[in-house]
Amino acid sequence: MTEIADILISASFWAAILRIASPLIFATMGELICERAGVLNLGIEGIMVFGAFAGWMAVYAGLPLWGGVAVAMLGGMAFGALHGLLTVPFGLSQHVVGLGITMLATAAAYYAYRLALPQVTNPPRITPFQPLHIPVLSNLPWLGQALFSQTALTWAGFAAAGATALVLFRTPLGLAVRAAGENPQAVEAQGLSVTAIRMGAVIVGSGLMAVGGAFLTMSAFSSFFFEMVNGRGWICIALVVFGAWKPGKALLGALLFAGFDALQIRLQQTGLGQVVPYQVFLMIPYLLSILALIAMSRRAEVPAALMTPFNRGDR
Amino acid sequence: MRLEPIAAPSHARTLVPPAIAIAATIAVAGLLAALAGANPLQTFGLIVKGAFGSKFAALETLNRATPLVFTGLAVAVAFRARLWNIGAEAQLYAGALMTVLIGTQLGLPGPLAIPLMALGAVMAGALVLLGPVLLKTRLGVDEVVTTLLLNFVMALFISYLLEGPLKDPMGMGWPKSPSLPRDARLPRIVDGLRLHWGFGLALICAAGVWLIQTRTTLGYEIRAVGANPQAARFAGIPVTRVLVKTALLSGGLAALAGFSEVAGLKGNLTTDLSASFGYTGIVVAMLALLHPMGVVISALFVAGIFVGADSMSRAAQVPTYIADLLLACALLFMVLAILLTRFRVVRG
Repeated sequence: MTEIADILISASFWAAILRIASPLIFATMGELICERAGVLNLGIEGIMVFGAFAGWMAVYAGLPLWGGVAVAMLGGMAFGALHGLLTVPFGLSQHVVGLGITMLATAAAYYAYRLALPQVTNPPRITPFQPLHIPVLSNLPWLGQALFSQTALTWAGFAAAGATALVLFRTPLGLAVRAAGENPQAVEAQGLSVTAIRMGAVIVGSGLMAVGGAFLTMSAFSSFFFEMVNGRGWICIALVVFGAWKPGKALLGALLFAGFDALQIRLQQTGLGQVVPYQVFLMIPYLLSILALIAMSRRAEVPAALMTPFNRGDR
Repeated sequence: MRLEPIAAPSHARTLVPPAIAIAATIAVAGLLAALAGANPLQTFGLIVKGAFGSKFAALETLNRATPLVFTGLAVAVAFRARLWNIGAEAQLYAGALMTVLIGTQLGLPGPLAIPLMALGAVMAGALVLLGPVLLKTRLGVDEVVTTLLLNFVMALFISYLLEGPLKDPMGMGWPKSPSLPRDARLPRIVDGLRLHWGFGLALICAAGVWLIQTRTTLGYEIRAVGANPQAARFAGIPVTRVLVKTALLSGGLAALAGFSEVAGLKGNLTTDLSASFGYTGIVVAMLALLHPMGVVISALFVAGIFVGADSMSRAAQVPTYIADLLLACALLFMVLAILLTRFRVVRG
């Protein structure tokens, strides 16, 4: 038990939580926006892969870091537009289209990777985002390292979560988005276009997912690897459910989840790691996600019109 | 814009959109080849030649199609009932694991071992899908996410077994299971040709699923639940029981892909036994419009694309991932095309 206590009081553990949570926060907010508007976006996994690739490739090709983030975001928005076009005006199955988008975006990233770097076995590195030095706070003993040694992209993730909450719950636009996911007929009766609102939500949400992916190659690591997203997108869908479709709770969920992930990585190095095979530790994130879904199943307030296409003229 | 159903679609209505979808897929593939600096027509030629151009190539394609028929059927059966089983990958590995366990640990003679391996595989695969389905029917937990997440859990579990208790002591340190004894392998259909009876079993399963769907009460109930669960319940169909039966069927079929790959082709279990066959099964099933006989044709097409692209990328400088891209495009274009055979887009 002292080993766990040692982990919990180490500053690097808390820093790791924020680092691991960052991509999840971006992508969870993206998914949450889509689902609030009534569209389940299973393209999330592939869009994250594409974002991870596109941001990294753009920087490798000479763009500044924020330029890379913008490229990733635009790429994600393009896939979001395709997803939105097929599921919103055409009302196609959100399951099938979402999985199709995941396959398309993943394959597009891999194809482009091989086009750009035909022979390499080790992908080239870029200089990723560096920890942002915050005057005074970063110099605090322990706290400075634990909480204030993050890159700008992590802070951008928290800002994105705050903005998502603010827009969804404090602006007329947010009200329209939520209404599109709860009662699209009422939105249409107000003279607003459900199609436009849902399309917009899917495009913006997909952009955030791609930035979540880009965090992996541009802040957490410095290269692009196949399968580096590794189910994080699916975990984010579970986090949206866990957060009961509320940005604050989803943010807490992402942090909690990252806490368990950071803990299991460190437990592998302890005496426990000698006894328990490492695969068991690696299973923990996926099993936790399933448990979260089960725990929330009775209480979750699903947007009433989630996965229900809206076709003007239908009664 | 809005969609208006067409009461009686004309022949042109039913044929033109899918034809355009096919043309669009080919156009995208051509563009991708051109992006790689290759001649599109030459690239297509190399893909077709690599897939069907020789006896060796055609057999390779049939071998690659075999697991895809199983996973395609698994997805088709489940999606028909709107049970979103995205976990065929995990069920495949469960089946492969059971095949290896029964084949190597029990020391049974071949004629007894083979049917037992298949049966064990089916049961293991069915069990893996049963969990998510019970969570869906009892607690309303979305099965898409649970089946997806279980794919990762299963991959890690297999990795653990292959590095631990199930590791082949003769494997030179590689994480692989011991190999099945010779007489516990599926025989070849024709002597000397590298095609095993797994393919035959896949065809039998396709016919079996077709019979279930068209000739049995369960088939009717599955369609009713898929079309409208509330209405089905109202009509007295035991929806939960139908979903559980569908899950057992779907999980079992996916597991047979693992059985067939181990017992027919590889002889042992490794962590790369499946080249995403579980996920590719979704494309196979959708391109077949969830029709079991269509799954066979669609699996051959998809396998041909993969085998052909592998062979093509060795000759031309086009990355083999063109196959994945092409199939994802085909899937999205096709679902849109099928919609447009039944609906008209009108303004306003």
